[in-house]
Amino acid sequence: MGNETNIGNEANGTPGRVIVDGRIVDNQWRRFSAEQLETDALPEQGAVIVPLAYWLANRDALLARADAVGVCLEPGEEPADLADDLPRLELVAIHFPAFKDGRGYSYARELRTRYRFAGEVRAVGDVLQDQLFYMHRVGFNAFEVRADRDIEEALENGLRPFTITYQGDVHDPRPVYLRRDDLQGA
Amino acid sequence: MYVYQDYDQRLLEERVAQYRDQTRRYLAGQLSEDEFLVLRLQNGLYIQRYAPMLRISVPYGMLASKQLRTLGRITREYDKGFAHVSTRQNIQLNWPEVEDVPDILAELAAVQMHAIQTSGNCIRNITTDELAGVRPDEVEDPRPWCEIIRQWSTFNPEFAYLPRKFKIAVNAVPDADPAVIGVHDIGVQVVRGSDGETGFQVWAGGGLGRTPVVGSLIGEFVPWRHLLAYLEAILRVYNKYGNRDNKYKARIKILVKALGADKFRELAEAEFAELKDGPMTLTEQEVARIRQCFTEPDYRDQVDHGALEQALDDDRAFNRWYHTNTRAHKNDGYRAVTLTLKKTGRIPGDISDSQFEKVADLADRYSFGEVRNTHQQNMVMADVAKDDLFALWRELDALGLATPNLGLLTDIVACPGGDLCSLANAKSIPIAEGIQRRFDDLDFVHDLGALDINISGCMNACGHHHIGHIGILGVDKKGKEFYQITLGGRGDKMSRIGEKMGPSFESHEVTNVIEKIINTYVDQRLENEPFIDTYERIGMDPFKESVYG
Repeated sequence: MGNETNIGNEANGTPGRVIVDGRIVDNQWRRFSAEQLETDALPEQGAVIVPLAYWLANRDALLARADAVGVCLEPGEEPADLADDLPRLELVAIHFPAFKDGRGYSYARELRTRYRFAGEVRAVGDVLQDQLFYMHRVGFNAFEVRADRDIEEALENGLRPFTITYQGDVHDPRPVYLRRDDLQGA
Repeated sequence: MYVYQDYDQRLLEERVAQYRDQTRRYLAGQLSEDEFLVLRLQNGLYIQRYAPMLRISVPYGMLASKQLRTLGRITREYDKGFAHVSTRQNIQLNWPEVEDVPDILAELAAVQMHAIQTSGNCIRNITTDELAGVRPDEVEDPRPWCEIIRQWSTFNPEFAYLPRKFKIAVNAVPDADPAVIGVHDIGVQVVRGSDGETGFQVWAGGGLGRTPVVGSLIGEFVPWRHLLAYLEAILRVYNKYGNRDNKYKARIKILVKALGADKFRELAEAEFAELKDGPMTLTEQEVARIRQCFTEPDYRDQVDHGALEQALDDDRAFNRWYHTNTRAHKNDGYRAVTLTLKKTGRIPGDISDSQFEKVADLADRYSFGEVRNTHQQNMVMADVAKDDLFALWRELDALGLATPNLGLLTDIVACPGGDLCSLANAKSIPIAEGIQRRFDDLDFVHDLGALDINISGCMNACGHHHIGHIGILGVDKKGKEFYQITLGGRGDKMSRIGEKMGPSFESHEVTNVIEKIINTYVDQRLENEPFIDTYERIGMDPFKESVYG
């Protein structure tokens, strides 16, 4: 995307760095809330993440952009609302207004296992170290760690607290007893 | 008992390390109160009225003697020398220090125990009949299915932040509901299909608390292979659509009620259709492996029935205990023995450090080294040979664990209440004690027969007051403790929710009210008619009249 400057702006909820696929990288996406879009127009260039309602209302214009577009789901907005559009999206963000609201875990899982969405699934909002492992297992591969927390520590300690899991997940659907032979060598 | 594989043990050890780090970050100020709250709750740690309370998981109530000894030592070293058996078959410590909890967990992990998901808005301990595996009339042993559900629910990444807590119970008895599955978020009934294969009826949306309701039948027959897929389907529907705005409307029972059972079933079946025959499908090999952990112990062929008959003739106190506190076993040479933790003057479910250790020794000598916690806050030794009963009874009596009141009026179920719990509106322990003291004539209590009194200190209903034949609920009225009485609840067949009598009472009135209720029953009962049958025959009015008239 050739952005020289750091596009991070924590005041408007877009952090400078994010965890993607197990590494900390510069954030390439700018996320816009419904409130922001009431007053401001989208910038001409750059990858943007927009709310579901905005996407549905402006689909054609958004698809005509040169740069990538992602959609952010709020709790209560399910992947089903976006199902037909998923092949055209590079990223789906799932917003956690509070980390205790676990709906997004089911949404991520559905994106991966029901809709076979292969793009980036990004957790945004109240995203903290102690939830990353579960989030990763249900299909998130990108995390905007809350701005007041140490993203390095979150990456270091949040993604691998367990080497053992009983259930299958989006990475390996087999339950532990079918993985037993693999575990012996682990 | 389930035998841990290397991976089960490694998981526990990784959990201890994770929780130790979370505690460290909390104490260092790197985690807020609110963030740590959720993490510690998922580990059974509440901050209570006077101190933290740690709830230790006892999967479907099963404890080995080695585990009892560890619980005894932990109770002595980290607590004040006593613990409580909870109504979900767990063990609670009331005085541990927050900073000691990681060490307690490490000690527990060494004997394959933990506190995972004993609290918080996640899938809690799986419970079942305390006579599982020995009850003559069960379809099959439900414990392998409990263990299979336990593993699926443990650290399930999708269901750790549910709208509210989630309780699953399994029952394998056809005409009774000893696991009270009717009032669980999910109740699993083990049944046999027409081809003789194991399957399940799956009930959902039952619960006590503020809105007591009996669950609805959602899955009429789920073949055993698909048990986990079916449960996952229900959980996903609940996780997506359960109410998250109001915690009093967040349990699955509210969702099932709001949608209606048919609509809920439709949503669950749609999820199930996608999961069915997928990787969650249980294999014969894995079910066989888990069943192998719950095989019969090595029962003696020769049991001296005459010795038991003799002791029953010779000793009246033993005779009484035998008839109230021991129950039939599928092996005719054996009985299941209940250790009643309900001695007058003690907190219901109370057990001391040294009692843990002595029970462990007795279990090794008399019951193949195992005991079970019951949801009535007692313990069971499930496999005692009939000719050992007299010797065991004398030892239990010396320990204060042979009060012959199982299922009788003084076998009261009560939550810790306002003496210990910060959620409570009112005390429950002194109410229980008051009733036990009033009805101190054992002959009279035996004559009254089966009678469940359940006491909860608030409407979270930890004492299961809704399903007591007589239920007592602590309520707060302008800062004063009052008690509301319900009659006619039952948790024996399919659960039934008790009916409110009328205006509530002050604490000093409760014992008198209970006595009036009992007197009405005694006046009205037919020969050999238990309290609950009398109530169902004559209804609320005569009781109401005797109390308010």
